[in-house]
Amino acid sequence: MIRVVLPAHLRTLARVNGDVVLEVTPPVTVRAVLDALEARYPMLRGTIRDHVTLARRPFLRFFACGEDLSLESPDTPLPEAVVNGQEPFFVIGAIAGG
Amino acid sequence: MSKVRVLVGTKKGAFILTSDGKRKDWQVSGPHFAGWEIYHMKGSPVDPNRIYASQTSGWFGQVIQRSDDGGQTWHQPGTPPGEPTTTPDGMPKGESNKFVYDTSAETGKPLTTHQWYDGTQHPWEFKRVWHLEPSLTDPDTVYAGVEDAALFRSRDGGKTWQELAGLRGHGTGPQWSPGAGGMGLHTILIDPSNQKRMFVAISAAGTFRTDDGGKTWKPINRGLHSQYIPDPTAEVGHCVHRIALHRSRPNVLFMQKHWDVMRSDDAGESWREVSGNLPTDFGFVIDVHAHEPETIYVVPIKSDSEHYPLDGKLRVYRSRTGGNEWEPLTKGLPQANCYVNVLRDAMAVDSLDPCGVYFGTTGGQVYASADAGDNWASIVRDLPAVLSVEVQTLP
Repeated sequence: MIRVVLPAHLRTLARVNGDVVLEVTPPVTVRAVLDALEARYPMLRGTIRDHVTLARRPFLRFFACGEDLSLESPDTPLPEAVVNGQEPFFVIGAIAGG
Repeated sequence: MSKVRVLVGTKKGAFILTSDGKRKDWQVSGPHFAGWEIYHMKGSPVDPNRIYASQTSGWFGQVIQRSDDGGQTWHQPGTPPGEPTTTPDGMPKGESNKFVYDTSAETGKPLTTHQWYDGTQHPWEFKRVWHLEPSLTDPDTVYAGVEDAALFRSRDGGKTWQELAGLRGHGTGPQWSPGAGGMGLHTILIDPSNQKRMFVAISAAGTFRTDDGGKTWKPINRGLHSQYIPDPTAEVGHCVHRIALHRSRPNVLFMQKHWDVMRSDDAGESWREVSGNLPTDFGFVIDVHAHEPETIYVVPIKSDSEHYPLDGKLRVYRSRTGGNEWEPLTKGLPQANCYVNVLRDAMAVDSLDPCGVYFGTTGGQVYASADAGDNWASIVRDLPAVLSVEVQTLP
């Protein structure tokens, strides 16, 4: 089971409290996690990545195990600690503004 | 007794203000969608409990919300609360925020670029929905004006959206360029006497009209004069801030342009200036009295570089002559040290008698007048910056 931590606004949209737990078919990649997340919570489609291009929205970042995975290929396998549920996969809103 | 419901979109959520027909005592509900920018909310004229909202964020993009109970509960169309979020075969149902430009050859001339600030061509990129305009006859049909400028329509209550690509594809699209606030399609007016005719306004392209339900469009900017563009009388490129009409006389249009208040008596074929004795003719809002088609309202703003009222005095100006002759309305409005702005979608009127007039400010105040502008009082004073104000008059 994969644990996903969402920003507060997206938890509100998806009507969930706390972490999201997903079953993801291996290989577990960023793309596979987001596919599973959007399949279960379709209201999140378009809020994390573009509807058409599936590109990450500019002010969102992906982290796991203390590493910034935002610029990695979406098909790069996620760390084993994420795959076995020890560590969550984070979707984080960039701190932006002034 | 009639009731009034004021729908207020702000930088950090939506608020719903309700009162009886006296419009003195108000109940405030909200924030709905706390923390999100609510560019616009508007109710269906045929089913006032059906309200559409544009919820948007620089981080998370666009979401369309819908209420079927007058704003008490909301859902994203296509994913009603309590229902499965996927189809039986597992496909996602959340489509309400999917705005994809039409590039098909069948429904419009595919367009991929428009003019950028530096004069080069730039790809068309969807950013947000600025304005939602429900159909006058069908609660499930609603139009969306978006940035980068385009017009979309939903016929299933906001679940799915299709572009009316004839607007971007009619010919002048590559010449459109964004204003300082972005290239947004911010005004949609449907002719009540002929719903195949619609008017839209775009910053900074101008005003456009369709006479065939949105299939084909033409620019209607003759008579506009904008000194800040290379050809001041060009067919497009004018920074139109807002247009308004009275439902009894839809061929007469009023416009607050970047500078200049304008009027057309021939459905936009030609425009003439009616700024008259206004102290400054820069501004954003313009609206028409519900029962007097020659009575119009603007809020003059000092200039395009100083977005606040002249001399720190918040004054609504009213013309009872369809322009040119204006009177300041000040009773109940701050007349010293007021430096707020009133944005283009932040004024509305109710249809009671006497007509109520409402506007919201970037300082978070929503002001109401229950006597057509003679006297004003704030309904609320400390909301986030107000982006839009709409009013529903309920039985």
